Amino acid sequence: MAEVLVLVEHADGEPKKVTAELLTLARSLGEASAVFLGAPGTYAKIKDFLAEYGASKVYVVESDDVVDYVVAPVAEVLAKLVTDVAPAAVLTAATAEAREAAARTAAKTGSGLLWDAVAVAADLTATQGIFGGSTIVTSKVTKGTPILVVRPNTTAPEAAPTTPVTQNVDITISDAAKSAKILDRVVEAKSGRPDLTEAQIVVSGGRGLGAAEHFVLVEKLADSLGAAVGASRAATDAGWYPHQQQVGQTGKTVSPQLYVAVGISGAIQHRAGMQTSKTIVAINKDPEAPIFEFADYGIVGDLFNVVPQLTEAIEKRKG
Amino acid sequence: MVNIVVTVKQVPDTWAEKKLDPVTRTIDRKSVDNVINEMDEYGVEEALKIKEAHGGEVTVVTLGPQKAVETIRKALSMGADKAVHITDEQLAGSDALQTSAALAKVISTLSPDIVITAAEASDARGGVLGALLAEQLGLPQLTQARKVTVDPGAGTVRIERQADNGYALVEASIPAVVGVVEKINQPRYPSFKGIMAAKKKPLTTVSVADAGLDPATVGLANAGSAVVDAQPAPPRQTGTIVKDEGDGGTKAAEFLVAQKLI
Repeated sequence: MAEVLVLVEHADGEPKKVTAELLTLARSLGEASAVFLGAPGTYAKIKDFLAEYGASKVYVVESDDVVDYVVAPVAEVLAKLVTDVAPAAVLTAATAEAREAAARTAAKTGSGLLWDAVAVAADLTATQGIFGGSTIVTSKVTKGTPILVVRPNTTAPEAAPTTPVTQNVDITISDAAKSAKILDRVVEAKSGRPDLTEAQIVVSGGRGLGAAEHFVLVEKLADSLGAAVGASRAATDAGWYPHQQQVGQTGKTVSPQLYVAVGISGAIQHRAGMQTSKTIVAINKDPEAPIFEFADYGIVGDLFNVVPQLTEAIEKRKG
Repeated sequence: MVNIVVTVKQVPDTWAEKKLDPVTRTIDRKSVDNVINEMDEYGVEEALKIKEAHGGEVTVVTLGPQKAVETIRKALSMGADKAVHITDEQLAGSDALQTSAALAKVISTLSPDIVITAAEASDARGGVLGALLAEQLGLPQLTQARKVTVDPGAGTVRIERQADNGYALVEASIPAVVGVVEKINQPRYPSFKGIMAAKKKPLTTVSVADAGLDPATVGLANAGSAVVDAQPAPPRQTGTIVKDEGDGGTKAAEFLVAQKLI
């Protein structure tokens, strides 16, 4: 069986859930080979996780060169592996950084690129929802090695323990790939909540909250559910919540098990980023809000009454 | 003096119902209202701000059908100085890689100091043009920028590259490709004077042959991927909508329990 390369998503060796999802998907397509790029000393932290989810092989580059510069070094490593290993496909997560690396890899290797796949079949055709999820297309790469960018939360991770072969990649990152240097990384929001795109549950707030300080209602509900917090564009435009948390067109696309929309009308802008969520719950005082046309459960009412009551009921149930 | 190139794209209006052409399975751009990709306005604004701070010239570059000239005019009316329109029937159906290769070929002839692109276009939502232009032009990639500082004296550009939990401070030498996110600025509205002036600004039209592109590499037939099937998404089932009678929160919790979500 041909190898399927998976670009490992991690934070200094701490695995991201999507890595398990991609390894599970890769095993359905061929032999799963993880590609780990990180600072020196970080691989040891993630080794067992990659074994747990069935990586037959792990290609490792532990070097400051792959973390101190923007994206280009990652593409250089992936392109080298595409040439040396001739994999059946390369899978990356649909994060901002990984999709950039995937694109550059495709350009370097003369390959076709498909992004935001929600499923990949054995023949490597990818299913994508386009136009905000209103049309489902199946696409196939017709040139080179399929480079497939896969949405988080679209494959259920399944453990399949292996003893992976670790192979250090013999590569010197070129000077050209070291032209955009990262001088500093600044952490602004340390919420302790899950990543928006990875979360199983997302609670988002919109215009109906009326003010930045009312986002605390959304955060409390999110924390009772162990959820990530999102925001509509109206809320981020008003400066009530950071832009990074914006869900919708021009923001993040999420597909959690449960999406709770608080004071969000559900205009097409927002819908484009969340309508593939498994279950949608909406709270809005306007019975005509478009969100009620596609919510699984909707409450027409004042969010300032409904949300605290819901939070309390969930807390009580947790005991 | 900073020589700035900014890319723009004409896209179907966000509010329009978008569909695929049944034959080519590419976006049907004829049956809908087309507008400038909203995020590109942030790119144009940032280009104008850099010009205003340091002097220089802003050139708008687009690739698209004849109609895309409307989008060029919009960017020129905001204050860009001149434009290049890459247009040729042979380019129809080009994918992101082909498009970036064609743009890079033409942009390189303009010898820019800074190339600005927006984080994504609202129709295809790839979010990869900045990375691809950096790759194809062999320039530093400064994408996902929420703040840009150009220092022409030192010959450097610094950005705040947006991350999930904050940002990375990134620096590169000029020339460089900068990709901007939408919260970076507040795009200006074109003035009446700007709209009138836009009609007289230089606009160069470039064909596949003019650009020196190999016709065997462009267009739908030579794209790196193909759509093999397209179907409307199954409509979502209409759910249960209840009016809050003072127990809406409790009822919602009961729904979550029944769905085994909590």
